[in-house]
Amino acid sequence: MARIIVVTSGKGGVGKTTTSAAIAMGLAKRGHKTAVIDFDVGLRNLDLIMGCERRVVYDFVNVINGEASLNQALIRDKNCNQLYILPASQTRDKDALTLEGVGRVLEELSRDFQYIVCDSPAGIEKGAYLALYYADDAFVVTNPEVSSVRDSDRMLGILASKSRRAEQNEDPVKEYLLLTRYDPSRVKSGEMLGLDDVQDILSLQLLGIIPESKSVLSASNAGIPVILDEKSEAGQAYEDVVARYLGEDRPLRFIDDKRGFFRKLFGGRS
Amino acid sequence: MTTSSSVLEFKSSTFFSPTLILYSNDLAAIEQSLQDKINRAPDFFKNSPLIIDLRDLNKSGLDISVIEVADMLRKIGMFPIGVRGGNEQQDKQAHKLSIPVDAGRENDSITATSAAASRKESGAQALEQDSAENNEFKNPSSSAGSIESISKPPEPARSMLVTQPVRSGQRIYARGDLIVMSQVSAGAEIMAEGNIHVYNTLRGRALAGVQGNTAARIFCLDLQAELISISGDYKTSEHLTEQIQKRPVQVYLQDHALIIKEIA
Repeated sequence: MARIIVVTSGKGGVGKTTTSAAIAMGLAKRGHKTAVIDFDVGLRNLDLIMGCERRVVYDFVNVINGEASLNQALIRDKNCNQLYILPASQTRDKDALTLEGVGRVLEELSRDFQYIVCDSPAGIEKGAYLALYYADDAFVVTNPEVSSVRDSDRMLGILASKSRRAEQNEDPVKEYLLLTRYDPSRVKSGEMLGLDDVQDILSLQLLGIIPESKSVLSASNAGIPVILDEKSEAGQAYEDVVARYLGEDRPLRFIDDKRGFFRKLFGGRS
Repeated sequence: MTTSSSVLEFKSSTFFSPTLILYSNDLAAIEQSLQDKINRAPDFFKNSPLIIDLRDLNKSGLDISVIEVADMLRKIGMFPIGVRGGNEQQDKQAHKLSIPVDAGRENDSITATSAAASRKESGAQALEQDSAENNEFKNPSSSAGSIESISKPPEPARSMLVTQPVRSGQRIYARGDLIVMSQVSAGAEIMAEGNIHVYNTLRGRALAGVQGNTAARIFCLDLQAELISISGDYKTSEHLTEQIQKRPVQVYLQDHALIIKEIA
Protein backbone atom coordinates (compact mmCIF):
# COMPACT_ATOMS: atom_id res chain seq x y z
CA MET A 1 0.00 0.00 0.00
CA ALA A 2 1.23 3.43 -0.90
CA ARG A 3 1.50 6.30 1.50
CA ILE A 4 -0.52 9.24 0.19
CA ILE A 5 0.97 12.67 0.86
CA VAL A 6 -0.89 15.91 0.20
CA VAL A 7 1.08 19.11 -0.24
CA THR A 8 -1.30 21.87 0.73
CA SER A 9 -1.42 25.44 2.05
CA GLY A 10 -4.68 27.24 1.40
CA LYS A 11 -2.83 30.26 0.12
CA GLY A 12 -1.40 30.43 -3.38
CA GLY A 13 2.15 31.15 -4.38
CA VAL A 14 3.77 29.77 -1.24
CA GLY A 15 5.62 26.93 -2.96
CA LYS A 16 3.28 23.93 -3.07
CA THR A 17 4.22 22.81 -6.56
CA THR A 18 7.94 23.43 -5.99
CA THR A 19 7.67 21.37 -2.81
CA SER A 20 5.66 18.60 -4.47
CA ALA A 21 8.23 18.28 -7.24
CA ALA A 22 11.16 18.38 -4.83
CA ILE A 23 9.92 15.82 -2.32
CA ALA A 24 8.60 13.48 -5.00
CA MET A 25 12.02 13.56 -6.63
CA GLY A 26 13.73 13.17 -3.25
CA LEU A 27 11.69 10.07 -2.40
CA ALA A 28 12.20 8.57 -5.85
CA LYS A 29 15.94 9.21 -5.79
CA ARG A 30 16.12 7.13 -2.63
CA GLY A 31 14.64 4.24 -4.54
CA HIS A 32 10.99 4.58 -3.56
CA LYS A 33 8.64 4.28 -6.50
CA THR A 34 6.76 7.57 -6.40
CA ALA A 35 3.94 9.21 -8.33
CA VAL A 36 3.18 12.91 -8.19
CA ILE A 37 -0.28 14.12 -9.21
CA ASP A 38 -1.24 17.63 -10.23
CA PHE A 39 -4.68 18.41 -8.75
CA ASP A 40 -4.70 21.94 -10.10
CA VAL A 41 -7.03 21.20 -13.00
CA GLY A 42 -7.24 24.21 -15.31
CA LEU A 43 -4.02 25.77 -14.01
CA ARG A 44 -1.59 22.97 -14.62
CA ASN A 45 1.96 23.80 -13.51
CA LEU A 46 3.58 20.67 -12.16
CA ASP A 47 4.55 19.43 -15.63
CA LEU A 48 6.47 22.68 -16.19
CA ILE A 49 8.33 22.43 -12.90
CA MET A 50 9.14 18.80 -13.67
CA GLY A 51 10.16 19.66 -17.21
CA CYS A 52 7.81 17.19 -18.91
CA GLU A 53 5.27 19.59 -20.41
CA ARG A 54 6.08 18.51 -23.94
CA ARG A 55 5.37 14.89 -23.20
CA VAL A 56 1.82 15.34 -21.88
CA VAL A 57 -0.66 13.35 -23.96
CA TYR A 58 -3.32 12.21 -21.54
CA ASP A 59 -4.07 13.69 -18.14
CA PHE A 60 -5.69 13.04 -14.76
CA VAL A 61 -9.19 13.93 -16.01
CA ASN A 62 -8.86 11.55 -18.98
CA VAL A 63 -8.05 8.75 -16.55
CA ILE A 64 -10.97 9.60 -14.27
CA ASN A 65 -13.33 9.66 -17.25
CA GLY A 66 -11.99 6.36 -18.52
CA GLU A 67 -10.68 7.93 -21.75
CA ALA A 68 -7.15 6.74 -21.05
CA SER A 69 -5.54 4.14 -18.86
CA LEU A 70 -3.33 5.15 -15.97
CA ASN A 71 -0.28 3.76 -17.76
CA GLN A 72 -1.00 5.89 -20.80
CA ALA A 73 -1.27 9.06 -18.74
CA LEU A 74 1.67 8.55 -16.35
CA ILE A 75 4.86 10.24 -17.54
CA ARG A 76 8.15 8.76 -16.42
CA ASP A 77 10.61 11.40 -15.23
CA LYS A 78 13.68 11.86 -17.39
CA ASN A 79 16.03 12.20 -14.41
CA CYS A 80 14.80 9.36 -12.26
CA ASN A 81 13.13 6.17 -13.42
CA GLN A 82 11.35 5.67 -10.11
CA LEU A 83 9.35 8.88 -10.51
CA TYR A 84 6.11 9.27 -12.48
CA ILE A 85 4.03 12.37 -13.08
CA LEU A 86 0.27 12.45 -13.59
CA PRO A 87 -0.44 15.87 -15.08
CA ALA A 88 -3.62 17.90 -14.68
CA SER A 89 -5.86 18.86 -17.55
CA GLN A 90 -5.44 22.44 -18.67
CA THR A 91 -8.69 22.65 -20.63
CA ARG A 92 -11.07 21.53 -17.89
CA ASP A 93 -11.97 22.85 -14.46
CA LYS A 94 -12.07 21.39 -10.95
CA ASP A 95 -15.58 20.04 -11.43
CA ALA A 96 -14.13 17.42 -13.76
CA LEU A 97 -12.72 15.71 -10.67
CA THR A 98 -15.00 13.49 -8.62
CA LEU A 99 -14.45 11.97 -5.22
CA GLU A 100 -15.00 8.43 -6.52
CA GLY A 101 -12.87 9.05 -9.60
CA VAL A 102 -9.95 10.35 -7.55
CA GLY A 103 -10.37 7.46 -5.13
CA ARG A 104 -10.25 4.96 -7.99
CA VAL A 105 -7.08 6.43 -9.47
CA LEU A 106 -5.34 6.57 -6.07
CA GLU A 107 -6.31 3.00 -5.35
CA GLU A 108 -4.92 1.81 -8.65
CA LEU A 109 -1.70 3.76 -8.09
CA SER A 110 -1.42 2.37 -4.56
CA ARG A 111 -0.96 -1.11 -5.97
CA ASP A 112 2.50 -0.53 -7.36
CA PHE A 113 3.71 2.78 -5.94
CA GLN A 114 5.18 3.39 -2.50
CA TYR A 115 4.46 7.10 -2.29
CA ILE A 116 1.83 9.22 -3.98
CA VAL A 117 2.33 12.98 -3.73
CA CYS A 118 -0.80 15.07 -4.34
CA ASP A 119 -0.05 18.65 -5.37
CA SER A 120 -3.05 20.61 -4.13
CA PRO A 121 -4.38 23.74 -5.80
CA ALA A 122 -4.70 26.91 -3.72
CA GLY A 123 -7.96 27.71 -1.98
CA ILE A 124 -10.31 25.50 -0.01
CA GLU A 125 -12.62 24.60 -2.86
CA LYS A 126 -13.24 21.29 -4.56
CA GLY A 127 -9.76 20.75 -6.01
CA ALA A 128 -8.04 21.29 -2.67
CA TYR A 129 -10.63 19.18 -0.88
CA LEU A 130 -10.20 16.25 -3.27
CA ALA A 131 -6.40 16.51 -3.03
CA LEU A 132 -6.46 16.12 0.74
CA TYR A 133 -9.42 13.77 1.14
CA TYR A 134 -7.52 10.49 0.78
CA ALA A 135 -4.26 11.70 2.37
CA ASP A 136 -2.31 9.84 5.03
CA ASP A 137 0.20 12.63 5.55
CA ALA A 138 -0.08 16.36 4.95
CA PHE A 139 2.79 18.70 4.21
CA VAL A 140 1.48 22.13 5.11
CA VAL A 141 3.51 24.67 3.17
CA THR A 142 3.60 28.05 4.87
CA ASN A 143 5.39 31.32 4.27
CA PRO A 144 6.52 33.30 7.29
CA GLU A 145 3.78 35.92 7.04
CA VAL A 146 0.44 36.27 8.81
CA SER A 147 -2.00 35.61 5.98
CA SER A 148 -0.20 32.44 4.94
CA VAL A 149 -0.14 31.21 8.54
CA ARG A 150 -3.84 31.95 8.92
CA ASP A 151 -4.67 30.05 5.71
CA SER A 152 -2.56 27.09 6.79
CA ASP A 153 -4.42 27.04 10.08
CA ARG A 154 -7.71 26.91 8.17
CA MET A 155 -6.36 24.06 6.04
CA LEU A 156 -5.41 22.14 9.18
CA GLY A 157 -8.96 22.52 10.40
CA ILE A 158 -10.26 21.04 7.17
CA LEU A 159 -7.77 18.17 7.35
CA ALA A 160 -8.97 17.43 10.87
CA SER A 161 -12.64 17.40 9.94
CA LYS A 162 -13.17 16.68 6.24
CA SER A 163 -10.54 14.11 5.29
CA ARG A 164 -11.40 10.46 4.80
CA ARG A 165 -9.48 9.56 7.95
CA ALA A 166 -11.52 12.09 9.93
CA GLU A 167 -14.81 10.96 8.44
CA GLN A 168 -14.12 7.30 9.11
CA ASN A 169 -12.74 7.93 12.57
CA GLU A 170 -9.35 6.50 11.73
CA ASP A 171 -6.04 7.86 13.00
CA PRO A 172 -5.90 11.50 11.95
CA VAL A 173 -3.89 12.68 8.97
CA LYS A 174 -0.30 13.22 10.10
CA GLU A 175 0.43 16.91 9.71
CA TYR A 176 3.87 18.38 9.06
CA LEU A 177 4.98 21.98 8.71
CA LEU A 178 7.21 23.16 5.90
CA LEU A 179 8.27 26.76 6.22
CA THR A 180 9.27 28.08 2.81
CA ARG A 181 10.75 31.32 1.45
CA TYR A 182 12.38 31.89 4.83
CA ASP A 183 14.76 34.84 4.93
CA PRO A 184 16.78 34.87 8.18
CA SER A 185 17.94 38.45 7.73
CA ARG A 186 14.37 39.71 7.35
CA VAL A 187 13.30 37.65 10.35
CA LYS A 188 16.07 39.25 12.34
CA SER A 189 14.98 42.72 11.34
CA GLY A 190 11.40 41.91 12.26
CA GLU A 191 10.02 42.18 8.74
CA MET A 192 9.18 38.49 8.62
CA LEU A 193 7.67 36.11 11.14
CA GLY A 194 10.20 33.82 12.76
CA LEU A 195 9.90 30.08 13.22
CA ASP A 196 8.78 30.59 16.83
CA ASP A 197 6.00 32.99 15.81
CA VAL A 198 4.68 30.52 13.25
CA GLN A 199 4.90 27.56 15.60
CA ASP A 200 3.15 29.58 18.30
CA ILE A 201 0.07 29.58 16.10
CA LEU A 202 0.32 26.28 14.23
CA SER A 203 2.21 24.03 16.68
CA LEU A 204 3.05 21.31 14.17
CA GLN A 205 5.91 18.92 13.72
CA LEU A 206 8.47 20.87 11.67
CA LEU A 207 9.79 19.00 8.67
CA GLY A 208 12.05 21.73 7.44
CA ILE A 209 12.74 25.33 6.60
CA ILE A 210 13.42 26.19 2.99
CA PRO A 211 15.38 29.42 2.69
CA GLU A 212 14.44 32.03 0.11
CA SER A 213 16.76 31.27 -2.75
CA LYS A 214 17.26 32.34 -6.34
CA SER A 215 17.95 28.76 -7.26
CA VAL A 216 14.25 27.91 -6.79
CA LEU A 217 13.18 30.22 -9.59
CA SER A 218 15.93 29.18 -11.95
CA ALA A 219 15.22 25.51 -11.27
CA SER A 220 11.50 26.11 -12.01
CA ASN A 221 12.33 27.86 -15.25
CA ALA A 222 14.66 25.05 -16.24
CA GLY A 223 12.06 22.41 -15.39
CA ILE A 224 14.33 20.62 -12.93
CA PRO A 225 13.15 20.05 -9.34
CA VAL A 226 15.32 22.20 -7.10
CA ILE A 227 16.28 19.22 -4.96
CA LEU A 228 18.54 18.12 -7.83
CA ASP A 229 20.53 21.34 -7.46
CA GLU A 230 22.71 19.99 -4.70
CA LYS A 231 24.77 23.14 -4.42
CA SER A 232 21.80 25.36 -3.58
CA GLU A 233 20.62 25.89 -0.02
CA ALA A 234 17.02 25.25 -1.07
CA GLY A 235 18.02 21.95 -2.68
CA GLN A 236 19.86 20.84 0.44
CA ALA A 237 16.98 21.95 2.65
CA TYR A 238 14.54 19.82 0.63
CA GLU A 239 16.96 16.91 0.89
CA ASP A 240 16.79 17.33 4.68
CA VAL A 241 12.99 17.43 4.54
CA VAL A 242 12.83 14.10 2.73
CA ALA A 243 15.33 12.57 5.14
CA ARG A 244 13.36 13.78 8.18
CA TYR A 245 10.11 12.55 6.70
CA LEU A 246 11.67 9.10 6.32
CA GLY A 247 12.70 9.16 9.96
CA GLU A 248 16.26 10.45 9.88
CA ASP A 249 17.36 12.96 12.47
CA ARG A 250 18.92 16.03 10.90
CA PRO A 251 19.77 19.36 12.51
CA LEU A 252 17.94 22.44 11.23
CA ARG A 253 19.95 24.45 8.73
CA PHE A 254 19.61 27.82 7.04
CA ILE A 255 17.79 29.54 9.89
CA ASP A 256 20.57 31.91 10.92
CA ASP A 257 21.60 35.05 9.17
CA LYS A 258 25.10 34.17 8.10
CA ARG A 259 25.68 36.96 5.62
CA GLY A 260 29.04 38.56 6.25
CA PHE A 261 29.61 42.06 7.44
CA PHE A 262 30.56 43.41 4.03
CA ARG A 263 27.69 41.79 2.23
CA LYS A 264 25.32 43.29 4.74
CA LEU A 265 26.97 46.63 4.27
CA PHE A 266 26.60 46.55 0.52
CA GLY A 267 23.24 44.80 0.50
CA GLY A 268 24.43 41.72 -1.35
CA ARG A 269 22.11 38.76 -1.43
CA SER A 270 23.08 35.15 -1.11
CA MET B 1 -39.15 41.63 18.65
CA THR B 2 -37.13 40.61 15.66
CA THR B 3 -34.25 41.99 13.73
CA SER B 4 -35.12 43.44 10.36
CA SER B 5 -33.72 40.43 8.48
CA SER B 6 -35.42 37.60 10.34
CA VAL B 7 -39.09 36.78 10.54
CA LEU B 8 -39.05 34.94 13.83
CA GLU B 9 -36.95 33.83 16.71
CA PHE B 10 -37.24 31.03 19.26
CA LYS B 11 -36.65 31.81 22.87
CA SER B 12 -37.15 29.82 26.01
CA SER B 13 -39.39 31.59 28.46
CA THR B 14 -41.15 30.87 31.72
CA PHE B 15 -44.71 31.74 32.47
CA PHE B 16 -47.15 31.05 35.26
CA SER B 17 -50.51 29.48 34.92
CA PRO B 18 -53.12 28.23 37.37
CA THR B 19 -53.35 24.49 37.82
CA LEU B 20 -56.70 22.86 38.35
CA ILE B 21 -56.31 19.92 40.70
CA LEU B 22 -59.24 17.55 40.58
CA TYR B 23 -60.23 15.43 43.59
CA SER B 24 -63.51 14.14 42.21
CA ASN B 25 -64.67 12.78 38.89
CA ASP B 26 -68.14 14.21 39.30
CA LEU B 27 -68.21 16.57 36.33
CA ALA B 28 -71.35 18.40 37.43
CA ALA B 29 -69.92 19.05 40.87
CA ILE B 30 -66.68 20.30 39.39
CA GLU B 31 -68.51 22.67 37.09
CA GLN B 32 -70.63 23.97 39.94
CA SER B 33 -67.63 24.53 42.14
CA LEU B 34 -65.69 26.27 39.38
CA GLN B 35 -68.61 28.51 38.55
CA ASP B 36 -68.78 29.59 42.18
CA LYS B 37 -65.11 30.55 42.16
CA ILE B 38 -65.47 32.41 38.87
CA ASN B 39 -68.40 34.37 40.19
CA ARG B 40 -66.32 35.51 43.10
CA ALA B 41 -63.42 36.72 40.90
CA PRO B 42 -64.65 36.95 37.31
CA ASP B 43 -61.70 38.96 36.01
CA PHE B 44 -59.13 36.62 37.40
CA PHE B 45 -60.52 33.57 35.66
CA LYS B 46 -61.70 35.20 32.46
CA ASN B 47 -59.91 33.57 29.47
CA SER B 48 -57.44 32.08 31.89
CA PRO B 49 -55.11 29.34 30.69
CA LEU B 50 -55.34 26.27 32.85
CA ILE B 51 -53.44 23.09 33.48
CA ILE B 52 -55.52 20.08 34.42
CA ASP B 53 -53.86 18.05 37.14
CA LEU B 54 -55.18 14.48 37.36
CA ARG B 55 -52.56 13.00 39.68
CA ASP B 56 -54.70 12.91 42.81
CA LEU B 57 -57.67 11.65 40.91
CA ASN B 58 -55.72 8.78 39.45
CA LYS B 59 -54.14 8.01 42.79
CA SER B 60 -57.63 7.52 44.17
CA GLY B 61 -58.49 5.35 41.21
CA LEU B 62 -61.15 7.69 39.86
CA ASP B 63 -61.43 7.98 36.09
CA ILE B 64 -62.53 11.00 34.12
CA SER B 65 -62.58 11.90 30.46
CA VAL B 66 -60.20 14.70 29.51
CA ILE B 67 -62.42 15.46 26.55
CA GLU B 68 -65.40 16.11 28.80
CA VAL B 69 -63.36 18.17 31.27
CA ALA B 70 -61.88 20.27 28.48
CA ASP B 71 -65.31 20.85 26.92
CA MET B 72 -66.69 21.98 30.24
CA LEU B 73 -63.75 24.32 30.90
CA ARG B 74 -64.03 25.92 27.48
CA LYS B 75 -67.76 26.35 27.97
CA ILE B 76 -67.23 28.42 31.09
CA GLY B 77 -64.53 30.54 29.46
CA MET B 78 -61.22 28.93 30.37
CA PHE B 79 -58.43 27.57 28.15
CA PRO B 80 -57.01 24.20 29.09
CA ILE B 81 -53.37 24.27 27.93
CA GLY B 82 -51.96 21.18 29.52
CA VAL B 83 -52.66 17.89 31.22
CA ARG B 84 -50.48 16.27 33.80
CA GLY B 85 -50.68 13.05 35.78
CA GLY B 86 -53.13 11.49 33.34
CA ASN B 87 -53.27 7.78 32.59
CA GLU B 88 -52.60 6.43 29.13
CA GLN B 89 -56.20 6.85 28.03
CA GLN B 90 -56.34 10.43 29.28
CA ASP B 91 -53.04 11.33 27.61
CA LYS B 92 -54.42 10.02 24.32
CA GLN B 93 -57.54 12.10 24.73
CA ALA B 94 -55.43 15.18 25.43
CA HIS B 95 -53.41 14.51 22.29
CA LYS B 96 -56.60 14.31 20.28
CA LEU B 97 -57.51 17.77 21.54
CA SER B 98 -53.98 19.07 20.84
CA ILE B 99 -53.46 19.68 24.53
CA PRO B 100 -49.84 19.10 25.61
CA VAL B 101 -49.19 16.40 28.17
CA ASP B 102 -46.67 16.77 30.96
CA ALA B 103 -45.24 13.48 32.18
CA GLY B 104 -45.32 15.03 35.60
CA ARG B 105 -42.33 15.21 37.85
CA GLU B 106 -42.90 16.18 41.46
CA ASN B 107 -42.50 19.84 42.45
CA ASP B 108 -42.44 20.93 38.90
CA SER B 109 -44.78 23.09 36.97
CA ILE B 110 -45.36 22.67 33.28
CA THR B 111 -43.64 25.95 32.65
CA ALA B 112 -40.26 24.28 32.97
CA THR B 113 -40.96 22.15 29.96
CA SER B 114 -40.54 24.94 27.51
CA ALA B 115 -36.84 24.54 28.23
CA ALA B 116 -37.14 20.83 27.67
CA ALA B 117 -38.66 21.51 24.32
CA SER B 118 -35.65 23.43 23.16
CA ARG B 119 -33.44 20.47 24.03
CA LYS B 120 -35.34 18.12 21.83
CA GLU B 121 -32.51 17.15 19.51
CA SER B 122 -30.99 14.08 21.06
CA GLY B 123 -27.42 14.88 20.04
CA ALA B 124 -26.65 17.15 22.93
CA GLN B 125 -23.61 18.62 21.32
CA ALA B 126 -22.73 19.69 17.87
CA LEU B 127 -19.34 20.13 16.35
CA GLU B 128 -19.57 21.65 12.99
CA GLN B 129 -17.22 22.86 10.38
CA ASP B 130 -18.59 25.96 8.89
CA SER B 131 -17.63 29.33 7.64
CA ALA B 132 -16.98 31.61 10.53
CA GLU B 133 -18.81 34.38 8.79
CA ASN B 134 -22.23 33.62 10.25
CA ASN B 135 -22.04 35.70 13.33
CA GLU B 136 -25.02 34.70 15.35
CA PHE B 137 -24.42 35.99 18.77
CA LYS B 138 -27.72 34.81 20.09
CA ASN B 139 -29.66 31.62 19.68
CA PRO B 140 -27.60 29.92 17.01
CA SER B 141 -29.64 26.78 17.32
CA SER B 142 -33.19 26.86 16.22
CA SER B 143 -35.25 24.25 17.91
CA ALA B 144 -38.96 24.02 18.11
CA GLY B 145 -40.98 22.55 20.88
CA SER B 146 -43.56 20.01 19.91
CA ILE B 147 -46.36 18.49 21.88
CA GLU B 148 -44.43 15.29 22.38
CA SER B 149 -41.32 16.95 23.67
CA ILE B 150 -43.20 18.70 26.41
CA SER B 151 -43.69 15.37 28.08
CA LYS B 152 -39.93 14.82 28.27
CA PRO B 153 -38.03 16.09 31.28
CA PRO B 154 -35.07 18.28 30.32
CA GLU B 155 -31.85 16.33 29.95
CA PRO B 156 -29.08 17.65 32.12
CA ALA B 157 -26.67 19.45 29.79
CA ARG B 158 -23.40 17.57 29.52
CA SER B 159 -20.10 19.33 29.20
CA MET B 160 -18.04 18.90 26.08
CA LEU B 161 -14.31 18.29 26.03
CA VAL B 162 -12.13 19.19 23.06
CA THR B 163 -8.49 18.08 23.08
CA GLN B 164 -7.52 18.89 19.48
CA PRO B 165 -6.61 22.42 18.40
CA VAL B 166 -9.60 24.40 17.17
CA ARG B 167 -8.36 25.73 13.84
CA SER B 168 -9.33 28.83 11.90
CA GLY B 169 -12.77 28.37 10.33
CA GLN B 170 -13.89 25.64 12.71
CA ARG B 171 -16.96 26.08 14.87
CA ILE B 172 -17.80 24.24 18.03
CA TYR B 173 -21.14 24.42 19.76
CA ALA B 174 -21.71 22.91 23.21
CA ARG B 175 -25.11 22.66 24.82
CA GLY B 176 -23.57 22.67 28.25
CA ASP B 177 -20.09 23.75 29.28
CA LEU B 178 -17.24 23.68 26.80
CA ILE B 179 -13.72 22.74 27.85
CA VAL B 180 -10.90 23.16 25.33
CA MET B 181 -7.50 21.77 26.26
CA SER B 182 -5.72 23.03 23.15
CA GLN B 183 -5.41 26.36 21.43
CA VAL B 184 -8.27 28.15 19.69
CA SER B 185 -6.97 29.82 16.54
CA ALA B 186 -7.87 33.19 15.15
CA GLY B 187 -10.88 32.76 12.89
CA ALA B 188 -12.27 29.87 14.95
CA GLU B 189 -15.54 30.19 16.85
CA ILE B 190 -16.43 28.38 20.05
CA MET B 191 -19.88 28.66 21.56
CA ALA B 192 -21.51 27.20 24.64
CA GLU B 193 -24.84 27.54 26.37
CA GLY B 194 -22.87 27.27 29.60
CA ASN B 195 -19.33 28.25 30.57
CA ILE B 196 -16.26 28.13 28.35
CA HIS B 197 -12.86 27.02 29.63
CA VAL B 198 -9.78 27.25 27.42
CA TYR B 199 -6.65 25.82 28.98
CA ASN B 200 -4.41 27.31 26.33
CA THR B 201 -4.30 30.36 24.11
CA LEU B 202 -7.63 31.79 22.99
CA ARG B 203 -7.23 33.69 19.73
CA GLY B 204 -10.62 33.15 18.10
CA ARG B 205 -14.13 34.09 19.14
CA ALA B 206 -15.61 32.71 22.34
CA LEU B 207 -19.32 33.06 23.09
CA ALA B 208 -20.65 31.74 26.38
CA GLY B 209 -24.25 31.63 27.56
CA VAL B 210 -25.50 31.87 23.99
CA GLN B 211 -29.05 30.92 24.99
CA GLY B 212 -29.28 33.76 27.42
CA ASN B 213 -27.51 32.42 30.49
CA THR B 214 -26.12 35.62 31.98
CA ALA B 215 -24.34 33.70 34.73
CA ALA B 216 -22.07 31.93 32.22
CA ARG B 217 -18.37 32.73 32.32
CA ILE B 218 -15.33 32.39 30.10
CA PHE B 219 -12.01 31.25 31.52
CA CYS B 220 -8.78 31.10 29.58
CA LEU B 221 -5.06 30.89 30.24
CA ASP B 222 -3.95 33.32 27.58
CA LEU B 223 -6.42 35.88 26.29
CA GLN B 224 -5.79 37.05 22.72
CA ALA B 225 -9.37 36.64 21.57
CA GLU B 226 -10.90 38.39 18.58
CA LEU B 227 -14.20 38.57 20.39
CA ILE B 228 -15.65 37.46 23.69
CA SER B 229 -19.33 37.40 24.47
CA ILE B 230 -21.58 36.36 27.30
CA SER B 231 -25.29 36.09 26.66
CA GLY B 232 -25.05 38.45 23.71
CA ASP B 233 -22.99 41.18 25.37
CA TYR B 234 -19.65 41.26 23.65
CA LYS B 235 -16.29 42.94 23.33
CA THR B 236 -13.92 42.79 20.39
CA SER B 237 -10.14 42.65 20.64
CA GLU B 238 -10.07 46.37 19.98
CA HIS B 239 -11.63 46.90 23.38
CA LEU B 240 -9.44 44.51 25.31
CA THR B 241 -6.90 46.59 27.14
CA GLU B 242 -3.22 45.76 27.21
CA GLN B 243 -3.32 44.83 30.90
CA ILE B 244 -5.46 41.77 30.34
CA GLN B 245 -4.16 40.70 26.94
CA LYS B 246 -2.05 37.53 26.96
CA ARG B 247 -2.94 36.78 30.57
CA PRO B 248 -5.02 34.18 32.37
CA VAL B 249 -8.43 35.75 32.83
CA GLN B 250 -12.05 35.11 33.60
CA VAL B 251 -14.89 36.98 31.96
CA TYR B 252 -18.31 37.45 33.48
CA LEU B 253 -21.34 39.66 33.23
CA GLN B 254 -22.31 42.27 35.77
CA ASP B 255 -25.23 44.62 35.10
CA HIS B 256 -24.92 43.97 31.36
CA ALA B 257 -21.25 44.91 31.41
CA LEU B 258 -18.54 42.43 30.56
CA ILE B 259 -16.01 42.26 33.35
CA ILE B 260 -12.61 40.82 32.47
CA LYS B 261 -10.47 40.00 35.46
CA GLU B 262 -7.03 38.50 35.66
CA ILE B 263 -6.94 35.26 37.59
CA ALA B 264 -4.27 35.81 40.17
